This record gives sequence, structure tokens and C-alpha cells, in this order.
Amino acid sequence: MSGYHELLMQDVRFEEGLKACMNCGVCTAICPAAEFYDYDPRKIVDLVQSGNNDEIEKLLRSDTIWYCGECMSCKTRCPRGNTPAFVVMALRTLSQKTGFFTESEKGRQQFAIKRTVGENIFKYGYCVATYAVSPEMHREQGPVWEYIIENTRDIYERLGANIDEHGEGPLRRIPDDAREELKKIFEVTGGTGLFDAIEKHSKNKAIEMGLEFDDEGIDNEYFKEVFKANNNKHTPE
Amino acid sequence: MKSEGKKKIWADYQKEIADDHFFYVRSCIRQSFFPGSEQFFLHFMRDVLGKDVYENPSHTSCTGIGYHSDIVPLRTIMAVVARHFALMKESGYKNIAISCVTSFGIYTEILETWRHFPRELEQTREDLYKATGREFDIPENVAHTSDIIYKFSNEIAAKAKYPLVNRLTGSPLNVVEHIGCHYAKMFPKHGVGGAEFPRVLSGMIESWGGNVVDYPERRHCCGFGFRQYLVQANRGYSMSNTIKKFASMQPFNPDLVLTNCPGCTMFMDKWQYTAKEMEGTVYGRNGEAIPVLTYEELAGLVMGYNPWDLGLQYHMVQSEPLFRKMGVVFDPADKFRTKDGKQMPSPADLINV
Repeated sequence: MSGYHELLMQDVRFEEGLKACMNCGVCTAICPAAEFYDYDPRKIVDLVQSGNNDEIEKLLRSDTIWYCGECMSCKTRCPRGNTPAFVVMALRTLSQKTGFFTESEKGRQQFAIKRTVGENIFKYGYCVATYAVSPEMHREQGPVWEYIIENTRDIYERLGANIDEHGEGPLRRIPDDAREELKKIFEVTGGTGLFDAIEKHSKNKAIEMGLEFDDEGIDNEYFKEVFKANNNKHTPE
Repeated sequence: MKSEGKKKIWADYQKEIADDHFFYVRSCIRQSFFPGSEQFFLHFMRDVLGKDVYENPSHTSCTGIGYHSDIVPLRTIMAVVARHFALMKESGYKNIAISCVTSFGIYTEILETWRHFPRELEQTREDLYKATGREFDIPENVAHTSDIIYKFSNEIAAKAKYPLVNRLTGSPLNVVEHIGCHYAKMFPKHGVGGAEFPRVLSGMIESWGGNVVDYPERRHCCGFGFRQYLVQANRGYSMSNTIKKFASMQPFNPDLVLTNCPGCTMFMDKWQYTAKEMEGTVYGRNGEAIPVLTYEELAGLVMGYNPWDLGLQYHMVQSEPLFRKMGVVFDPADKFRTKDGKQMPSPADLINV
């Protein structure tokens, strides 16, 4: 098998994102994740730049690569034109392909994102749609959101939306043939393969953890575990 | 010669924004949380300015939220976006108007990737053709819809019924602007004023009579962080970053926050509710929270549209304190009525009422 550095180099984001880091730490200074998590993008870039295969594998198995919020603020400020967030994105992709993502609490969350946002894409043609944001899973949306969900049609009609109907307008029904094209794009370009890898490795992990796993939906123990679990070891001591 | 030199220096911060004939692509988040904003934009462009803005019903999500939460590969999203360009080509348009900052960042990242790595462009052409039989052209002009409102901000100012001035004191309102990270932090040349001097919102505020607030965390992220919000266990990251911004802006007494990105609008509104619930903290004056508005909502308000047709009642933080400062005449009884005038119940526990 190729070394991880070599595999990362096959990702254009890695090629573009890491030219030559001089370890100045500006990325860490500007980073919103470093503000609240035990996280230092400078160290990640330095480690990956070293090409040490064992150390990169540890990173792929760790919580560390999942702390970034992909705000991309680091890209603006790097004096060498690197993008640490692109390096992290390439690491995350490799972690999912290899299955290492299930080794960390934060990595396992990819399953929850696939089962929600990922499946919304095929079901509705949207990553996010009003009717797919349940108040139970989003208490921070407040009572106005419960109200909107209870009165969606009346409210959105006044605001000019065309909810779940054919034609133009906000929240229109995405035609079946358009959603079918999305599926074909995912099949041709590896999107379906990534979804399948997340499912396969998550199922194996669920068995290992002794948690119930269903082949679809979010009403199963493994989904609830990865969506909510927080061991409170992610912030600096 | 000196002015020539200055022009050259500032050239990197200028952006060419098309004038007419736009292919409009909606935002998953803006249409879900602020549908009135998208509809105001289309009304303003088509009915007020007489511009040609076309929406193709077959356009889908750009899948950007999936891409930035790492479940959608780069190769996949490049082909999804290429499909939008194919729809645009088939419809006869060359200028794209994008309603979402995440999408705008996706489009600019993909265009720059294709420019730096032509082999990726060829791969995408092959992928799209194989999957859909479609072919595409690269757009001639790429604008976020706020760029277009910025371009026509003086036209809005000329029609202003309620400028951004406190009617009681005669002073300009203090407005915080939040640009949204993916607008220009990644590829500054695609944003008005780039990453260093973003003018897209401050230009609107000044044009409509307001005062732009500068504060220490002005350019800090709203806290979305994609997976840091999408997964319940991570939401402390999202809320903490929003609160960091509000705590930083509080001493400057903002009358409102104006946002570029629909996600930022939603988070800066909803996390204020959460902070009030959890800690009893509010960041405005007189025990009030700070209203957070989209640029379409603010443009509509300035022009005198009914705030309830814009959808301002469907934020957690209500805008009545702002209306009173601006002198906006509004009908409280109309707030929760349907299109046909049927009275609906009122939602519980809204803030600032």
C-alpha cells in the first residue's frame, strides 16, 4: 500500500493547500476551532509535512482532524499561501476511505451527517429543507421554529414560497429527473462510494460497540450515540 | 500619475458585477429560513428595476453543506455545480446570481480549482457528460446576490422611505455588518473589496444612511462550522463563537446586525435566543436582543415594504425596537396572518416583544 502522504497528494486540495509551512502559527491564531477545542492546525500541517507515515495514521484515527469548522479563515492569513483547512479536508476524506474515522468519537459523527444531510440530497434535492429540520433535534431553533413547522404552508405561502409544488419558487419540489441526475452524478464521481464506505465502516463499529444499527433512518442506537456522545475531553485542560 | 498608481493598487479590490440577465440559483438555507428574502430580491430586480432574472426549476442544491461536512467528495460537487452551469448554458444565460455564501464559496473554489488544475476541469466535463449527457460553459460573471443589491444600493437609497436614521435623535443607526467567511476569505478577488476591505454590506449601510460599527471580532466566524452545528454534540463550538462576537460588539451598542450569508443570519439570531434561555444574557440595550437581518430584509424595510411580508416575524429576535427607531409604520394585528388574511395564533416566547 502507498504511504499516506502519497495518497494525500492525489487530492488536489492537499497539493494546493500545503506548499511549504514555516510553522509561524498564524493559522492557529486566527482559528475559531483553536479558540474552543484542544486544536492546533499548525501542528497538523507540520506533522503531515514531515511525511511520517505512522504519525499520519495516528492523525487519521484521532478526534483532532474533526475539530476544524472549515471557515477557511486560515487561507486568508497564511503568509506562505497554504490552506490548513484544505489539508484537513484531504485528511478527512482519507480517514473515511480507510475506515479510520470510526476510531474517534468526532470521526464517528460522519455517519450522522450522512444519514441526515447526505440523504436529504437524494430525497429532496436539498441539503437542508424546512421540513427536514425537526424541532426535537434542534432545540436552539426556539419556539418560532416549532410554530413554523406546525404552520408551514400558511406561513410560507404568504412569503411567496412554493413548498413541495412543481415550478419555480422557494422550497419547490425538485423534479424527479433532476434528483435522478444527482444520483447518477454521485455514482459516476465517487459520491455514492463514499456514502457506502461511511455506512460499511459505521455498521462494523456499531457491532463492535454492541449498539443496534439499522440499514436506514435515524431511529437506532448507533445514530443516537454518534449524534449526541460527548466525552468532554475535547477542550484544553 | 499618482492617481493611476492608486487605481492600480485598488484594482485587486474591485469587482465587476453584471448589470442584467441573471441565472438565479437559490440557497437551501435562505429559502428554508428566509424565503421572503429570496422573493424580495426577485421582486426588486424584476418589478422595480425591470431586470431579467431567470430561475430554472431543475436547479438543485449545490451540495455545499455536504461538501464542507466532508460527506460529498470534491469530484462529486464539481459535477453538481457543472450541471448548474449546463442548465445555465441551455437556458441562454452567462451571468450567475447566487443566493448563498456557502454556494458562492463553492462556485469560486471550483472555478479556481479548474483554473489551477485544468485536468480537473476536463475530468468534470467527462463526469457530467457520462452522468447526464450535458455540457457546460464557465459563466462570464459570478455574483452573490448581495453584490447585486450593493450595485443597486443607490437606487434603493433614492426610494428610501425609512433611512437608517434614528427618528428620535436624528443620528445614524449603528449597524454591525457580518460578511460570512466563504464570501471572500478563500478567494478575495471574487468579493467586493476582497477579504481586507469588504464593502458589500458596509456600502449598503452607508448608502442607506447608517453608521458601520467596527469592533474587535468583526471578521470572526459566526460559528456555523458545518459539522460543528450539524451534529448535536458539537454545538458548543457553534454557540461559543457566536457569543464571542456578540460580547465583542456589545459595547458599541449596535441597533442591528446585517448579514451576507443566510446561515450566519440564522445562527446569530438563534444563538441569541439560546444564550438568553441558558444564561439570561442579552447583548442589546434595555434588556433587548439585537435584531439580525438579511440584506434583502433591510432593503425592503428601508424601501417601506410591510415587514410581515418580508418575514421578519419569523426570527427569534423580533425587530420592533428597530422599527420604532426607524419610524417604520407597522400593523401588529397583521403580523401572524395568512396570505388570505386568516388570523393565526402567535408563537410563544419571541424576544423583544
